[in-house]
Amino acid sequence: MSEYLLDVRNLKTYFPIKGGLMRRTIGHVHAVEDVSFKLKPRQVFALVGESGCGKSTTGKSILRLIDPTAGQVIFDGQDIAALPQEEVRLLRRDMQFIFQNPYSSLNPRMNVWQLLSEPLKTHFNLPEWEMHKRVEAMLDKIGFTPDQLHRYPHQFSGGQKQRISIARALITGPRFVVADEPVSALDVSIQAQILNLLVQLQQDMALSMVFISHDLNVVRFISSEVAVMYLGSIMETGPTQDIYAQPRHPYSRALLSAVPSLDPQRKKVRHALQGEVPNPANPPTGCPFHPRCAYATDLCRRQRPALTEQFGRMLACHHPLED
Amino acid sequence: MTSKEHIIGRRLSRGDGLLKQLWQDPLGRAGFLGIALIILLAVFAPLIARYDVAQINARSRLAAPSITYWFGTDNFGRDIFSRIIYGARVSLIVGLVSVGIAAGIGYLFGLAAGYFEGRVESAIMMLMDIIFAFPSILLALLIVAVLGTSVVNTMIAIGIVNIPVFARTVRASVKAVKGTDYIANARSVGLKNGAILLRHITPNALAPFTVQATLALSGAILTEATMSFLGLGIQPPSPSWGSMLSEARTYMEIAPWMVVFPALFIILTILSFNILGDALRDALDPKLKL
Repeated sequence: MSEYLLDVRNLKTYFPIKGGLMRRTIGHVHAVEDVSFKLKPRQVFALVGESGCGKSTTGKSILRLIDPTAGQVIFDGQDIAALPQEEVRLLRRDMQFIFQNPYSSLNPRMNVWQLLSEPLKTHFNLPEWEMHKRVEAMLDKIGFTPDQLHRYPHQFSGGQKQRISIARALITGPRFVVADEPVSALDVSIQAQILNLLVQLQQDMALSMVFISHDLNVVRFISSEVAVMYLGSIMETGPTQDIYAQPRHPYSRALLSAVPSLDPQRKKVRHALQGEVPNPANPPTGCPFHPRCAYATDLCRRQRPALTEQFGRMLACHHPLED
Repeated sequence: MTSKEHIIGRRLSRGDGLLKQLWQDPLGRAGFLGIALIILLAVFAPLIARYDVAQINARSRLAAPSITYWFGTDNFGRDIFSRIIYGARVSLIVGLVSVGIAAGIGYLFGLAAGYFEGRVESAIMMLMDIIFAFPSILLALLIVAVLGTSVVNTMIAIGIVNIPVFARTVRASVKAVKGTDYIANARSVGLKNGAILLRHITPNALAPFTVQATLALSGAILTEATMSFLGLGIQPPSPSWGSMLSEARTYMEIAPWMVVFPALFIILTILSFNILGDALRDALDPKLKL
């Protein structure tokens, strides 16, 4: 048994593009291109990046909600990517997914009791009273009262819905969760509450978490390690503090410099990027970032930089930013 | 999208609200009352009917409507009112059973096609398209011709003819529901396919199916009437509105009441079911509401 709970190795997820008269595959969208990272128990690991950079697909591929094309996902010594669906289904008791949008991810025809007892019924063979006990304990954790058990999702606010959604994911007592932008669909005023709840539950339940977000402030608040993704690949990964303090990858720096600051005294240098994100169905040769990078050389255009350890972090860049 | 599901959820989580809404719609109420009338006639037929439906009375052949014979008599002197009352039983039973067959099988086919996709879907939908390609009356007549004429076979024939409509309706709504986040959620929780189909997809894909069932009832009743009219449906002496019309054809000019009353009841029944189906669709579909 290694010190890591989750070890993602060279994960690739491609989606076929069908076209033509016979609906043949005429190409692939390279949604996740060779992603590797490790997660220790009780650690919160964040995946950040712009929309469409493959962070959600990475999260879903890890949990086999989408079948990855290649690579290994070693969870607790077992390669999930190679297991048959039925065995993955049984493992879900230990690994869960928190959805982005609580308005659409809760079945409108099920009340709170049904939503929370269903995972228990699926994975445990518990007597009725024991299920009640667990559901009520979970309700207590998310700040609900038992009289709300028989209400339906539409009778709750967005923040309350997301609490229910989190409770549904955590009620089986998983060791690992992927939270896919769990606060981005919510009002800013509610986001903090939900984040605090997540942090508290993560500590109470000794959860390991992959936290997917495009909100860099949220990521700084919640995670100890971060991976910056661009066009399906990790550009830079390491301790959140280090990377925020001094990004070494030109893309990370551009991303971080775009964070608005509330301090008017602080003068920031903006590192705005030119151009658009390339089409993931036709990714550039060499480094995926080279068409937009100010430091790109012939080497970058020819050869894809590998993720190697530099400056106490993992970095995929031929010309990292020096001090 | 989300707000739509939201509203549907709100509507359907309270069943009484739906009935109330139907009742408040004047059309819905009319359809409801029409159907209630037919059902009452059918259920209490032995109490309401004034004569034996098969009793031939040579002395009062082709009698015009009067106090004795409210709707007149036919060419055998049988009381048309009593025959219509008993005919309501035939129509309703044939309608309900055949729609039951069609809806049940169609639902399973539609669910399997919509959920599993790929080859299962292609195979099922190809079969449905083959059935769908035949004019429904012709296909029903063909089935009865093969199986033989009887009430049961009539119901089976009408049922088979109506399967594709249900399969298509259900497949479409299953596909829509399948793409939602809460189905992805159910899968991520680790539910088995069966549980996802039963607890998550079925309840959310039911609204169009319900409307279709109401509309198909009128269609089935009409098909039975048509088949009986053509002589391949309900066989004499069982009273069926269609066969009554068929017999009336020869006497239409001297005894128009033989045509008018069965036709009126067919129209009333079909109109009621159609109106109720429309009202149900409006009540279930928030997009049509302002």
